[in-house]
Amino acid sequence: MFEIILQAILSGITVGSIYGLIGLGFNIIYNASYIINFAQGEFVMLGGMIAATTFNVFKINPIYTLIISTTIVTLIGALIERMAIQPVRHADVSVLVIITIGASIFIRGISMLIWGKDPYILPPFTSSEPIIIKNAAINPQSLWIIGTTIVVVIFLQFFFKKTITGKAMRAVADNKKAASLMGIKIERILLISFGFSGALGSIAGIIITPITLTTYDIGIIFGLKGFSAAILGGIGNSFGALIGGLLLGILECLAAALVSSGYKDAVAFLILLLVLFIKPSGILGKGLIEKV
Amino acid sequence: MIMQYGRINYYILIIIAATVLAFPLFNSNEYIISVMNFMGINIMIVLGLNLLMGYAGQISLGHAGFFGMGAYISGILTAKYSINPWIALIIAVLLTSILALTVAHPTLRLKGYYLAMATLGFGMILSIIFVQLDELTGGASGLVGIPYLSIFGFNLSTSLRMYYLIWVTLFVLTVLSINLVESKIGRALRAIHTGEVAAMVLGVETHKLKIKVFILSAIFASLAGSYYAHFVNFISPSSFDFHYSILFITMVILGGMGSIWGSYFGGSLLSILPEVLHSIEDYNIIIYGFLLIIIMFFLPKGVIPTLSEYISNMPERKGSIIGKLISTYMYPQKGK
Repeated sequence: MFEIILQAILSGITVGSIYGLIGLGFNIIYNASYIINFAQGEFVMLGGMIAATTFNVFKINPIYTLIISTTIVTLIGALIERMAIQPVRHADVSVLVIITIGASIFIRGISMLIWGKDPYILPPFTSSEPIIIKNAAINPQSLWIIGTTIVVVIFLQFFFKKTITGKAMRAVADNKKAASLMGIKIERILLISFGFSGALGSIAGIIITPITLTTYDIGIIFGLKGFSAAILGGIGNSFGALIGGLLLGILECLAAALVSSGYKDAVAFLILLLVLFIKPSGILGKGLIEKV
Repeated sequence: MIMQYGRINYYILIIIAATVLAFPLFNSNEYIISVMNFMGINIMIVLGLNLLMGYAGQISLGHAGFFGMGAYISGILTAKYSINPWIALIIAVLLTSILALTVAHPTLRLKGYYLAMATLGFGMILSIIFVQLDELTGGASGLVGIPYLSIFGFNLSTSLRMYYLIWVTLFVLTVLSINLVESKIGRALRAIHTGEVAAMVLGVETHKLKIKVFILSAIFASLAGSYYAHFVNFISPSSFDFHYSILFITMVILGGMGSIWGSYFGGSLLSILPEVLHSIEDYNIIIYGFLLIIIMFFLPKGVIPTLSEYISNMPERKGSIIGKLISTYMYPQKGK
């Protein structure tokens, strides 16, 4: 029993890091514009797909595919912002929901056209030999996932605290009008935030692919779970998303281990609904962790 | 706005009903009739969803879930427990309404993105249940052996017989919807859409009203699901997944939010389109995605409301004969 729970917690931390990264992406865009980007999950799918393709074509170490495909997805994120969001930036919420959903299924359709419906694989970054700790096995790729997430978070922390652009983004999140009066170009911040969010999604997609494989249609599930992570941690509360993601991942894996693995996703969405119904501001509430 | 008032809606309905009901006399090709049946089923769902989106201003990304509930409850009760299909249909409608009520109460307090995500999550949960509850639903491979409907011993075993049932039901629901949107409730709903706080201040019980419309739209979808199950005799979870919720939204948006005839237009066009474009069957979703973006950019009101606005402005256009005819016959109140 103890082993099962330990194992579930370990896998929970692994997938939870992924949800956290996606949730961070939601928050970055939300903070720049109050927009929730329903196409967020497609970045995850694109990251994995492009990485798998570059790996197949060039036969390089999967770690290098990280750089290539993250660059591409960052550009796609920026492109979506320019083509689909910018022209209707001030429109009604429902219009933006529909447009980002349109963008999301459009990307999915194009991906199906390019890659077909079969799953794609990316080999683990290093050995695939599981490491055994006290009867629980941990996949080395999980360590890569957790490590990458920590690096990304440290980088973001540095970016938002030390660079001019990062500070500008924090200023916009804090008060748009004041920020624009100070000469910050909000449009540019929005563009950067979509790029960033694309990059985060892409990284999440690449590091999880060696474990879960990837298909053209995984975006919706990952997007919804990333959103759940962001909601759990309090929307707009960047590092809350990370905690929300870990919590969601662990709860989901515990439910899968103790109840039924088939209902794993349903558990995650049920948690989302409960949080939305009971405390939409997130379990961490507002202002507990610095807003980035 | 003109489309929403006056007797003109009934005239349009009579014309459409006469055309549709007479159609099989001229062409009763099995394939075409069955496409028309799917069209009728889709319009039924879209009609309800449009009441919710267009009039109450609430988005739902999970309506395929209600559609699936109707289909599965009808399917399971008739195929596994040999319950009379009509009783099963009523049970399906009741259970769906109860679920809709339970979900609506907390969900409709949410706004914008939260509401969209909550309904999306809710739809996903239902489609997971359809797959996982495999002893009842047959799991991913589907549920077989759903019997035909029958009316007083007359078996609705052909597409043509279902055709009349589906379309007549749709016309009844349409009359209901027209009455609803033209009643006091309809005005209150539009008020919610334009300004919820203002509506509340003027004494509209906005939350209650939104819940009622949500349940009504779930009932339309459940009914459509039951018909679907008895028409196809086989159901599988893939017919009720997220993509169908998006398809229904696309139909509403294309035809025009808050337009009953928009529901007909969007529903029929997007039901026929995949049939015409056979070769790209798998790639429908690209078209839906593209349509959603393009419509929001260029025709945010949807096709039918834009068109009707254009027509009703015609009388003001310089002395065109059509304009005069329209102003004399269709909108006499405008001439005065």
